Amino acid sequence: MNASLAHENSGASPDAPVYELTNVSKTYARNAVVALEDVNLTLRHGSFTSVIGSSGCGKSTLLKIMAGLIPPTKGRVILQDKPVTGPRRDIGMMFQQATLFPWKTAVENIVLPIEIRDGKAAAKLAREKAHDLLDIVGLKGFENVYPNELSGGMAQRASICRMLITEPAVLLLDEPFSALDELSRDMMNMELQRICREQDATAFLVTHSIQEAVILSDEIVVMKPRPGRIAEIVHVDLPRPRTLDMMTTPRFGEIVDHIRGMLDKGENM
Amino acid sequence: MTDAPTNQRLETGAEDDTVWVQEVAFIDSVPRSIAMTFVFVVFIGTWDLVTRLGLVSPIILPTPWETFSDMIFVGNNLLSGGYMLVALWITVKEVIYGFALAIAIGFSLGVLVGETAFGEKAVMPYLVAIDTMPKVAFAPLFVAWLGFGIESKVALAAFIATFPIVVGTAAGLHSADENARMLFKTMGASRMQTLIKMKLPTGLPQIFTGLKIGAVGVMAGAITGEFLGGGKGFGELIRVAASQLNTPRVFSLILYLSLVGLVLYLIVQWTQRRVVFWQKESVGAHDH
Ligand SMILES: Nc1ncnc2c1ncn2[C@@H]1O[C@H](COP(=O)(O)OP(=O)(O)O)[C@@H](O)[C@H]1O
Ligand SMILES: [Mg+2]
Repeated sequence: MNASLAHENSGASPDAPVYELTNVSKTYARNAVVALEDVNLTLRHGSFTSVIGSSGCGKSTLLKIMAGLIPPTKGRVILQDKPVTGPRRDIGMMFQQATLFPWKTAVENIVLPIEIRDGKAAAKLAREKAHDLLDIVGLKGFENVYPNELSGGMAQRASICRMLITEPAVLLLDEPFSALDELSRDMMNMELQRICREQDATAFLVTHSIQEAVILSDEIVVMKPRPGRIAEIVHVDLPRPRTLDMMTTPRFGEIVDHIRGMLDKGENM
Repeated sequence: MTDAPTNQRLETGAEDDTVWVQEVAFIDSVPRSIAMTFVFVVFIGTWDLVTRLGLVSPIILPTPWETFSDMIFVGNNLLSGGYMLVALWITVKEVIYGFALAIAIGFSLGVLVGETAFGEKAVMPYLVAIDTMPKVAFAPLFVAWLGFGIESKVALAAFIATFPIVVGTAAGLHSADENARMLFKTMGASRMQTLIKMKLPTGLPQIFTGLKIGAVGVMAGAITGEFLGGGKGFGELIRVAASQLNTPRVFSLILYLSLVGLVLYLIVQWTQRRVVFWQKESVGAHDH
């Protein structure tokens, strides 16, 4: 399959900004909670960025605004030169739950985004590509299996395929592997890194794990709560491609300690 | 499994205590066929004893054997296409029409209530209010409006069966979780697509629960309609037999009638198993 198909017409050079957030704020009208205040953020093409911060500091809110699922109260979100005003096909999303539909086989679940956007005929044509994607995530042979028969990790792999089927330019990931055990989680993270490189995708990951953030990211956005703001953007200068044994290097430890220090300060950072 | 038994084995040096014998109480280990036969025999035996000892007047409770012989008589009449089959067919028609009507109305109202804010705000309160009323009390009204024919029975049957289907459908549509909704939103799905491709399939188990409750209600509705509004159905046969103090006949008619209800229920359940194939069996799953 053509890994860089998604960007054929975007004309993006490696360092070009893909996402640009300017003064994004969000106040939930229902309970007057200020979830985000003046968030400014730029994601460069092909970069991997993680967001870390205590629970309730607005990470999911930020992701939903970037995805066009909810409107910001203030500020602008620009993706590939066009303002985000609703869900878009160049955005791929993944959540903590795999959310595969039990009445559809793995392949049918994966082509669902195509079925919704382009109809049944297009979805049928996309099946072949779904097979390729299943192969990439190591689920060859599970094409016609129903989700009931998949383990948690396998289901998340399938949902990665569903996210990739529309060849999105950016991947928004909200704690995608936090329901998995640590071993499969490490494996999935390495796989995620590989997929992002192969697909030339820009990734934005919400996570609770400092290690996960450091091993995957070029930049880590550390947020502080009430109201949710960016406290610091940490640049990770570990070489690429990353491997799991980098977790034992002194540099890795330093960055982890720095971020842990930031988070421990909590409200006072 | 804990490793306690292993430790014990090492200490004592015994080899034969590593095999676990799972103890199953005797009452739980009886095979279903034997258990069912046993209950049946006890039931008939008690029934027989009660009548034999003359504890109850034969007019109130016939012996099992009188009932069986009457069942054979009624069965013969049904098989030979006698007047009882004609009556049964009328009741079956009422049940089928009533159920079809209840499904159509119940499903539509269920979607209205479960999918639209208008339905939930403006329609649901009225449905709840009507649902709390004793619905059979409407029977005379239906007779007055629709006459003594099958229409008034169909109406009562449908009236009773509609509510569980509305509730099942509405609850089913609400059962889709936040993740699935968000996922459909990210795919840019329209409201109609979300309803048809996600909410309805997700809600099928609840919808079928509503249909099963409705299937039971529709029988009750048709028979009540016949008791209160005459006509020529099976309920009328029961009413006549009862007024003649022909209790064995009443019993055997009820048994045949319950067969109709059972068949309807099984059809719904069979359909559910085929349509909602991904749903795990939960009811009656007590197998070891
Ligand atoms: N739909 C909503 N309505 C009202 N308040 C919300 C809603 N979603 C989130 N919040 C509030 O906004 C804040 C940020 O939530 P969220 O973005 O989910 O945080 P995180 O993902 O970092 O845990 C929390 O205080 C939460 O209670
Ligand atoms: Mg969150």
